[in-house]
Amino acid sequence: MSQDSQEVKPKANAARPPSFWRRFGMQFGIWSVGIVMWLAFVISAPSSFTHPEIYLAFAATTPIFALMAIPLTLVVITGEIDLSFPSIMALSTCAFAKTVSGGAPIFVGVLAAVAMGLACGFINGYLVTAFNIPSLVITIGTQFLFLGLELAWTNGSGADLTDPKFNLIDKLLVGRTFFGIANQFWWTIFATGVLWLVLNRSKFGSHVFLTGDNKISAQLMGVNVNRVKRWSFALVGVFSALAGMIGSFEVSYFWPTMGGGLLLNSIAAVFLGGTSVFGGTGTVTGTFVGAFIIGAINAGIVAAGINAFYTQVFFGLVIIASVILQAIISRRVKK
Amino acid sequence: MNSQQPVIQLKNVSKTFGEVRSLSDVNLEIFPGEIVGLLGDNGAGKSTLVKTIMGFHKPDDGGEIWFKGEKITDWSVAKARSLGIETIYQERALCEQQPIWRNMYMGREIVNRFGMLNVKAMKAEATRLMSEHMGFTSVAVHPDNPVQTMSGGEKQGVAITRALHFEAELVILDEPTVGLSLSETKKTLDFVQNIKKSGRSAIFIDHNIFHIYPAVDRMIVLDRGKVAGMYKKSEITMDELIESMYRVARTGNLKEQN
Repeated sequence: MSQDSQEVKPKANAARPPSFWRRFGMQFGIWSVGIVMWLAFVISAPSSFTHPEIYLAFAATTPIFALMAIPLTLVVITGEIDLSFPSIMALSTCAFAKTVSGGAPIFVGVLAAVAMGLACGFINGYLVTAFNIPSLVITIGTQFLFLGLELAWTNGSGADLTDPKFNLIDKLLVGRTFFGIANQFWWTIFATGVLWLVLNRSKFGSHVFLTGDNKISAQLMGVNVNRVKRWSFALVGVFSALAGMIGSFEVSYFWPTMGGGLLLNSIAAVFLGGTSVFGGTGTVTGTFVGAFIIGAINAGIVAAGINAFYTQVFFGLVIIASVILQAIISRRVKK
Repeated sequence: MNSQQPVIQLKNVSKTFGEVRSLSDVNLEIFPGEIVGLLGDNGAGKSTLVKTIMGFHKPDDGGEIWFKGEKITDWSVAKARSLGIETIYQERALCEQQPIWRNMYMGREIVNRFGMLNVKAMKAEATRLMSEHMGFTSVAVHPDNPVQTMSGGEKQGVAITRALHFEAELVILDEPTVGLSLSETKKTLDFVQNIKKSGRSAIFIDHNIFHIYPAVDRMIVLDRGKVAGMYKKSEITMDELIESMYRVARTGNLKEQN
């Protein structure tokens, strides 16, 4: 209990809702990190950060890893981790490119990519639940496996995506519709909304929290924790396929080595967003903000005229500081 | 009473974990409106039996579980709960970081016709149940409060209220009084009596024979995974029961040899 003596003590037997601080403390922490960082950038590079161009750039690049970080939040809440999604991204985009270059209509290619993502996600989930292997270990294995399969399939060569037949899907995924903002940004907002509903307003979402909080309790009360985990991994797979296509159409080329370097961005976004590494708690909105903090650092460092080699230093400092802040907040909230 | 159909019936239920045989050929039946005490030393198999009845453990091949005269083959926790069996576990089975309402409806969430959770209804119902049925002296029973902020008795209150809410036909209480204060213990024992009054059944497990004996109609003694004996309360006094429990623990036999 809080030691503040000023706090009004409720009468015996009276129900008191949890305080604002207890409910939203963690969200408050994440948003303040974001705002403080933004202010720092505005002050150090006002010419860049008061003009829309830089924000338009964030809106185009951040979604590629944000789209995977958001479903990854669910996997982390169940107490697991996925390290293989950049490889799923490459393999499922490869499925798209191969299907379309084989003469199939574009929507069949999209279905192939989504099916590939779904299948890879289920394989991860199945290996984790059926053999009770820690996901940290098994997804290192599948990371190599999926990427290896993709490289063998493509023989290491990419695919050009500038053909006019791609115009529609290109416009849909990465066009600039409203105010010149990249469509992938709107897709990311849409994905956040959908997964917020899934996590907070569906039976499955409830079971995600329960599974990560206390697996045995959840099982004793009839929650099928293995099914919950398999579907969580499957969601990451599907969104990796989407992110892969968006990432490829953004540069109009399918790179067989795509996804490299996105792993830590996505994972950092989840933890910056306040999701507990021990499972049981987390928010997709936090991950969304976390992803844009990560995305802003890259562009911000360059715009602020700091040597780009310092980017990593800045990344490290922001992540360490936020995680310490979260540890302090969560300790205060629990007491 | 025995002319009625049993609520639940176990036929030759065994459970083996690797080399360890936790239950061997357990046969028992629980009738409507009956409170049955399950006694036995540590390691006698009480908790394993409970978890097998609940579908958490699958019985070894050959064991059968019958519910109201029907043999159930696809037994699982979700199935057991949907048929009307609820358990208050020794380990409480709560998810402590989650709010009370999520714990109350764990595994049986209220959804609307679009499959979305009806959070408002769950919170309102959780509040009503906590204040009407439990009335535990507390400042922390708001449905949004995480369970980890509550005391041991309050946590047990959540577990009991949960079992009560779903109007189970059979309530299993696995050592419900462990770690409770005197008044909380009394509330729990009253709860057992209320189950009987409403014509439902219960299996009551407790280390404390002084809690069990007054509350139950019948007692089953488990020893090393076997049913060592069954008594109607009219057949045995508390002193005799205590004496035979000691004997079981020492020798494995209920009755004195020769």
